Formats: sequence, C-alpha cells, structure tokens
Amino acid sequence: MEIIKDGQIVANDWRHLGDDEALPEQAITISLPRWKNEKDRLLSLGVPLGLRLNSDDPIEEIVDDLKYFSMIVLEFRQFTDGRSFSLARLLRERYGFDGEIRARGDFIRDQVFFLSRVGVNAFEPKGPQNLQEMLPALQEFTVKYQAAADVKEPLYRRRK
Amino acid sequence: MYQYDDYDQTLVNERAAQFKSQTERFLKGELSEDQFRPLRLMNGLYIQRHAPMLRIAVPYGLLSSRQLRMLAHIARTYDKGYGHFTTRQNIQFNWPKLEDVPTILSELATVQMHAIQTSGNCIRNVTSDHLAGVSGDELEDPRPYCEIIRQWSTLHPEFSYLPRKFKIAVNGASNDRAAIRFHDIGLQLVRNDHGEIGFEVLVGGGLGRTPIIGVTIRPFLEKIHLLSYLEAILRVYNRFGRRDNKFKARIKILVKELGKEKFTEMVETEWAAIKDHLLLDLEEIARIKTFFQPPAYETLADDPLLAEKTAQESQFGAWFRHNTHPHKMPGYRVVFLSLKTPGKPPGDLNESQMDAIANLADRYSFGEIRVTHTQNLVLADVKQADLYELWQRLKSLELAAPNIGTASDIICCPGLDFCSLANATSIPIANGIQQIFDNLDYLYDLGDIRINISGCMNGCGHHTVGHIGILGVDKKGEEWYQITLGGSSGKDGALGERLGPSVAKDEICHAVEAIFQTYREQRLEDEAFLETVRRIGIRPFQERVYGDN
Repeated sequence: MEIIKDGQIVANDWRHLGDDEALPEQAITISLPRWKNEKDRLLSLGVPLGLRLNSDDPIEEIVDDLKYFSMIVLEFRQFTDGRSFSLARLLRERYGFDGEIRARGDFIRDQVFFLSRVGVNAFEPKGPQNLQEMLPALQEFTVKYQAAADVKEPLYRRRK
Repeated sequence: MYQYDDYDQTLVNERAAQFKSQTERFLKGELSEDQFRPLRLMNGLYIQRHAPMLRIAVPYGLLSSRQLRMLAHIARTYDKGYGHFTTRQNIQFNWPKLEDVPTILSELATVQMHAIQTSGNCIRNVTSDHLAGVSGDELEDPRPYCEIIRQWSTLHPEFSYLPRKFKIAVNGASNDRAAIRFHDIGLQLVRNDHGEIGFEVLVGGGLGRTPIIGVTIRPFLEKIHLLSYLEAILRVYNRFGRRDNKFKARIKILVKELGKEKFTEMVETEWAAIKDHLLLDLEEIARIKTFFQPPAYETLADDPLLAEKTAQESQFGAWFRHNTHPHKMPGYRVVFLSLKTPGKPPGDLNESQMDAIANLADRYSFGEIRVTHTQNLVLADVKQADLYELWQRLKSLELAAPNIGTASDIICCPGLDFCSLANATSIPIANGIQQIFDNLDYLYDLGDIRINISGCMNGCGHHTVGHIGILGVDKKGEEWYQITLGGSSGKDGALGERLGPSVAKDEICHAVEAIFQTYREQRLEDEAFLETVRRIGIRPFQERVYGDN
C-alpha cells in the first residue's frame, strides 16, 4: 500500500494495530486507549510508535507523551468532521510536534490543501484512491491569507 | 471600497478554477452526492425546488456599479432575468444551470466577486451597517474590520468544516443596524474609559429554530487582538460544538449548554495561548482604512429649496420623509431604493433595474450601491439638489414606493415558491399585507412597523425579530401561519412572543389587520407600535385576533 508523504508517493511502512492484535516487531500505530493501558509494554518493544487520535480525543491529556511517538495519525471517520484540523494545528504550533502527522480515513481530495496548511504532512485516504491525482491538490491555492502551521505570518505581513 | 490586489484576485481565480474541477468530477461521477454537497455549498450552490440556487457574496453589502452591471448580465444570461437580495446582504439567483456555475464564477471573478462561503458549515459573508461611513451616530466605520475579517475567514484552513454555519456582524454606530445580537459573533465598536476604540464581543446569538440573543463575553477587546480572539472563539467552537445533532450544532447551543462563564473561560484560556502570535498590525488597519475614505464630497450647504419642494409635491414629500435619511455631510442625503413595491416579491430586482441603478449610482452617488439586511438598496451619498431628479427616475423604475420602515417594507424569504426547505409560501403573504394599504395615510398612520415573514422555522425571513413576525407552518399539507409580536433586531433586541394558535392562509391578512386596529386603539400619543406592544403586552392583540372567530 502507498501513501502520500511530504509531497511524494511512498510505501507505507507502518502497521495500524487493532486493540486486541498481538504486538509485532515493526513500526506500529495504536489507539489512545491501548496506549493508556499498555504504555510500558509498548515502550519496551523498541519499535517506532505512532498514536492514532480520533477527532474527539482529549489531546491535552497526552501532551507529555508526544515525545514517545514518531507519528500521530488523525483518524477521519467522516470527512465533514473538522475537529482534526484544530488538533493538527495544536500538535504543530502549540505542542511543537515535529514528527509525521498523517490524515487517515474518510477525507477527500478537496481537503488536502487545508490539511497541509494545518500541519498534516502525510495522507492515507480510505479505499482505492488514485494518489497521483490527489498530489496536485497540495498546491491548489497559491494565496494564503492566514498564518497557520505552514506559514508563520498572515498575508498582511507578507504582502508586497 | 476595497480593491483587490494580485493576491486577492489570484485567490478568487484559483477558487473559480477549483470549483470548475469539482463540478466536472461530480458530473463524471468521481465525486458522490454526499462529497459534492459541502463543496458546492461552500460556493453558495443549493439544489432547490426548481433548479440550483446560486448565492453570491456581497461583502458587508457593498457593491460597485460595475459589479451590479455584472449581476445584471448574469441575471440576463444565466437566469430568468432577475435576482433576489437576502437578509444577509447577499444576492441569489434561482435558475442557473449547474453546468453554467463555473462560468458564472469566472465572470464574477473579473469584477472582484465570488460565491465563497455564502453557504455551508463555514464562516459566512460578514455583514454590517448599511449606513456605515455616512451616519451621524457612528463611532467608527466598521467596514475596514469587515474586510479584515473577510480576508482572515476566506478559505480558513482550520475552520472550513465547522459543526454548522457561522455568521459574524460588525456595527460601528450607537444604533444597531447590523443585528449583532443575533449573530454567532457580534462585534460592536466601543470606546473604553481610556478613550481607546475597540470591540465589545458578543457570542451565541442567532435566529432559526432556537432563537437566542447573544451575550457579551468581552466588554472591550483591543483592535490588535481582533483576529486572535476570533480564532480562539472559533477553535473552541470547532472542537467542542455539538456534531451529533444538526439542530443543536450552532455555537449558541454550546454557549447555552456550557453557560456563559464556562464558555468565556475556555475562550480566554485559548486566547491567552495564541494572542501574542497573531497580532493585527495597526499598519494593516491603516492600509485597509485607505479603501474606505469618504468620497470627494463637495462643500455644500443644505438645500434651501428642499422644504419647499417637499411641501409643494406631496408624493415627493412622502418619498423624501420615508425613503431618505440624514447624511453626516451638509447638502447630502442617504437614499433608499425600495425593493418592496407592493405586489412584487420583496427583495427582487430585474436585470434592467440593476443596469439602471448602476447608472444612477454613477451619476448621483460615486458609483457605489449598498444592500440592506432589510432587502432594500441604498445610494449613500446623494446631493440634496439631485433628490428630485433621482426620485423621478426611481419612480419610473418602480423603485420609489415611499414605504421604507413601514408595515409595507416587509422582510420576506423566498418561501415555498422557490425554497425546498419551506413549509409555506411567504411572498404572497407579504403582497397580501401590502394590499391592506390601499391608501398611504393608513400606512403612515401606523408608523414604524417591522413585519418579517419566514416560510419555515429556519427563519431566513427573521420572523422572530419582527415587530410582527409571521412563520409559515405545515398542518396536514396545508399552509398555516404563526404570529409573534414584540420582536426586535436592534439595540433593544428581543424575540417576539407567540400570539396564539396558527392562523389559516386565508385568515392571516385579516389577523394582521386586527393587530393594526388594536394598536391604533391602544396607542398613546406618538407611541410607536413596538412601544405599545411592550407597554400593554400581547393580550389585547390576542383578544382582537382570536375573539373575532
């Protein structure tokens, strides 16, 4: 399976592990409940860890744990649920998370530009998708009025 | 008014191109109905009863003559020759073809217009006072802040998939002509004890199914913090607003469920974390203000002949009294163009009227036109010496019905005739009420009365804040109407009180007439309708309306 990461189509080398699946010896992502329940065991595995967050997960509670993760996965259960857009900005701008932030699930091509602006740098859409066709959506707009995770200053400070 | 630079123009061009590709993908079956819906809504495109409806943004109600000519062209070319102005100062077309919409957007882009965020669960067109910059009761012109908010909210990457729609209004005058108490965020320019001007911030007002009056969460906000404070409110709403029930998803429900104190605390905590990172530079405010400088007024005295002319010709006099408003500059007057000619759909304008108004704006009012939230138009800067000539021209265009602010100047949604949400017609009710006034003396005797009609509880006709509100309901497939009394969208903001059981369609005008009669009998000298309702309560009106049956 392939994903988009940093503007390229690349192989996905992560496994999204279910809450009752056995722990493999490879890079895995786990849910927040599993992380809370098995924190010590997961850390002792010595494999790269990623955390999957639902849009309503209380991000403030895991700020101190962010250092253990190479990746945060923002799960999209419904593309119209915009909460993860705020989570991404908080991760990047407030909590300084500099690993991979991946959007996964039910988001659509037309959200990719906004997602890239709030700090998402990897995209794993659900179902069969033509990633090649999704790539140009990253550059759908050249004008950005607001400061966000991608540009630090609003347009009024950049206008020439 | 604001003029696009390359950045603004590029963005609107890119948005038009994006929507073209989205429409193509939808028509090819690459986007599902469910996926296309929020995308088309964020471009103002509804699927309606007869055809798609396209809502075009008129930022804070300001149009140039060139833009109005483009709207005339669109009405002529892509629609059935007319457009409908809305209570949010926008214009909508009822008959465009979906395939034509990308072309319409490209044409709009050539005159710095668009349909961005005129619908959908995002930050909508910012609205304001239609007398901004010309009224004597103004502390500061609100339009520069509207434009700053327009840019900040346009394609906001974080706030484009909110729980529900989000409306912001800005008012700069002591009278509230922008209904800020009935917006998700209302901003009122105020002066603090140190003489500085900033914003009072209200949150959680709204009409619709659950009408609520907004509450002040910050009495004074410095201008430099405007955008960070808005961003804090929106972030709290985006994260914690309800998404489980569409009818409980507006920010007013969040404010109500959390309580004002808790909500305010959450906003202030969020704001504390971002306020120093998102400052609105005073240089930027100054730059935007340059676009809203007063036009090149002539130094004039008030026209000495005006009193004579209005006395001599009673029709002109009536129009002058009702359809013009004092201007802060001597020798000038604000002119209202009534889109409430009895018998016509309120707020509608045909393409030849649009072209003619554009010409009148060029000739008499510095080429600018404003849209009011009561669905009329304004030429804001007319020389008093030109009033008589302008009146004659407006009369021949059927735009001089001398009824602004009266019971015949009715706010009205498109209703069942056009809208797929509606339960009942609204335009015929408005026209029926207008017919009560076969003589103008009766209309003028009633004085200022705001009648608002909505064809369903979504309340696009703002019925809950009408002095008389009329709401269409469906009763076993028949159209019935609920009446409320005592609402107001102004500074004395109030929700109307329900008069009683709903009234059948063929009885509603009779009921409204009974309300007028009750007022005439009960009023004290010079007492306006709303004051009488507030003094005596709704009972005498109930007795009259329901006692007859």
